[in-house]
Amino acid sequence: MSSESYINRPNRPLQVYALIFLIVLYLPILFLPLFSFNDSIYVRFPMQGFTVQWYQELMARTAVWAALMNSVKVGVAVSIVSTVLGIFAAKAITRYRFFGKEPVVIFIMLPLVVPLIIFGVALLVLFAQLLGVPLSLYTVAFGHLILCIPFSTAVLMPRFEGFDPAIEEASADLGENSWWTFWRVTFPMILPGVVASLLLCFTVSFDEFIMAFFLTGTDATLPMYIWGQLRFPQQFPSVLALSSLVIIGSFIIVLLGLWINRDADMTKTKAGIDA
Amino acid sequence: MTDQSALARPAAQTPPQANWFSRKIHKSETFRAYAVLSPALLFLGFAILIPFAILVVLSFWTPVGFDFNREFTLKNYRDIMERPIYGTLLWRSLWISTMATVFTVLLCYPMAYFVAFHVHRNKMVWIVLMTLPFWTSYLLRVFAWKVVLGYEGVINSGLIWVGWIEAPLQFLLYSPTAVIITLAHAWAAFAILPLYVSLEKIDKSLLEAATDLGDGPMRRFFRITLPLSLPGVISASILIFIPTTGDYITPALLGGPNGMMIGNLIQMQFGPTNNWPMGAALAIVLMLTIAAICAAFILIIFFVRKRIT
Repeated sequence: MSSESYINRPNRPLQVYALIFLIVLYLPILFLPLFSFNDSIYVRFPMQGFTVQWYQELMARTAVWAALMNSVKVGVAVSIVSTVLGIFAAKAITRYRFFGKEPVVIFIMLPLVVPLIIFGVALLVLFAQLLGVPLSLYTVAFGHLILCIPFSTAVLMPRFEGFDPAIEEASADLGENSWWTFWRVTFPMILPGVVASLLLCFTVSFDEFIMAFFLTGTDATLPMYIWGQLRFPQQFPSVLALSSLVIIGSFIIVLLGLWINRDADMTKTKAGIDA
Repeated sequence: MTDQSALARPAAQTPPQANWFSRKIHKSETFRAYAVLSPALLFLGFAILIPFAILVVLSFWTPVGFDFNREFTLKNYRDIMERPIYGTLLWRSLWISTMATVFTVLLCYPMAYFVAFHVHRNKMVWIVLMTLPFWTSYLLRVFAWKVVLGYEGVINSGLIWVGWIEAPLQFLLYSPTAVIITLAHAWAAFAILPLYVSLEKIDKSLLEAATDLGDGPMRRFFRITLPLSLPGVISASILIFIPTTGDYITPALLGGPNGMMIGNLIQMQFGPTNNWPMGAALAIVLMLTIAAICAAFILIIFFVRKRIT
């Protein structure tokens, strides 16, 4: 391995830097669970001792459960619809060569980059001004769909790139129509990507706040509920407890999604989008 | 272009009696592609283009009580030009997100370099570790920094507890610095992915060639690695600069009066101030400014590169 030696030689300072980087990346988030067990309403050192009282208090609040259910409803609906639309979009982008592909891909990926406040206010104006639709969980879900379709498409594209279109053609040659070819050949091949897309979009929608802020009616989603509680200093510990649960839940769902989809190299497709 | 692409793959069987139009649809790859794309495209078209169009129209109106005066006027845009508050906040937003972008890219570059060149096994584990926080609630990550930087937060109370400082450090919370730190932390994943991808693509034999021809590690980096990873640097910068300019959660929670950004102003127009046309005009000015800056940035890079090569 002499050819690797001078370029890939372990670089001690860089290793230390990478370690510090990861610590700084995770440390601020870890303070939330740490202080959620602190027996004091003040978030400060020295800590006062261990308690689960903030979690118990949380469980007793009906508003938390209602907000949780709202977020789950929106998240489930958004993840299913955006994954279905993402399957179509990813198939078209990866399987066909067509006129205007690049602008279409850029247009689909646009919501990942445009400041979400702009989508938030633009949709608010659409619903309130043009359509006269009252704000509700449906309007929140509509906004989240804009954000989740690009995610679904990006997650599913490597799946379609990863298998040979000849398999689909063979199925067609053997007499299956396109409907059954999809269900019996394509769908099983892209299934890990579909599951990953469902899980990731659920998390994105579940945690989304910027658009929900403009589009929520009387039924608050969980991030909206947390935002409301941030105004009251005495609620700080229970917000910490709730935040910890949300973050741990999100981590688990995202890890599960990425693990199921682990053999698809998402960075390859990201390259196509970004560069 | 349609005929060529149709030849490239076996054409779908077309019933001979089909009319011209349906034959065209079956044969043309472009038609089929757009047919498959149509659900996503129609939705996004409806959900993005129509609201934007309404936003543009609204920005030329003025508010009258709870309704609007629908007469066309440039008043909102004139106000934005003339009243210093708007310009100040726009400049501050651009400055804050420029700082956040520069810091994020500078701090993430070595990390992406490390994973691209020095991690040989389980690269995916590293990438997942670096991008995992990005998937979780933005609001909660910002909230976490409030806990860390707060007047009685982790840093201040920790330092007092240890005895290094007597009174809390004032500059930590409610300042542009706090906003920049939080933004850089929150958007790190957006920088790492494009940086990593562009570094990973570099042909390692180029580095070997440079070394064989006598370049030391520093010269090798500045003459080969950095120029070749420039596309990643550019996309990372743009991917962070655009969304951070319009952010309002971070300045609302951590910025205080001196850290307020244009996003907060837009949010206020649609909330307590209740001047939707002005909010729409501000949103459009923000978008145009961002687009102009990104275009200028890309053009400058393009010409600099052309002069070098």
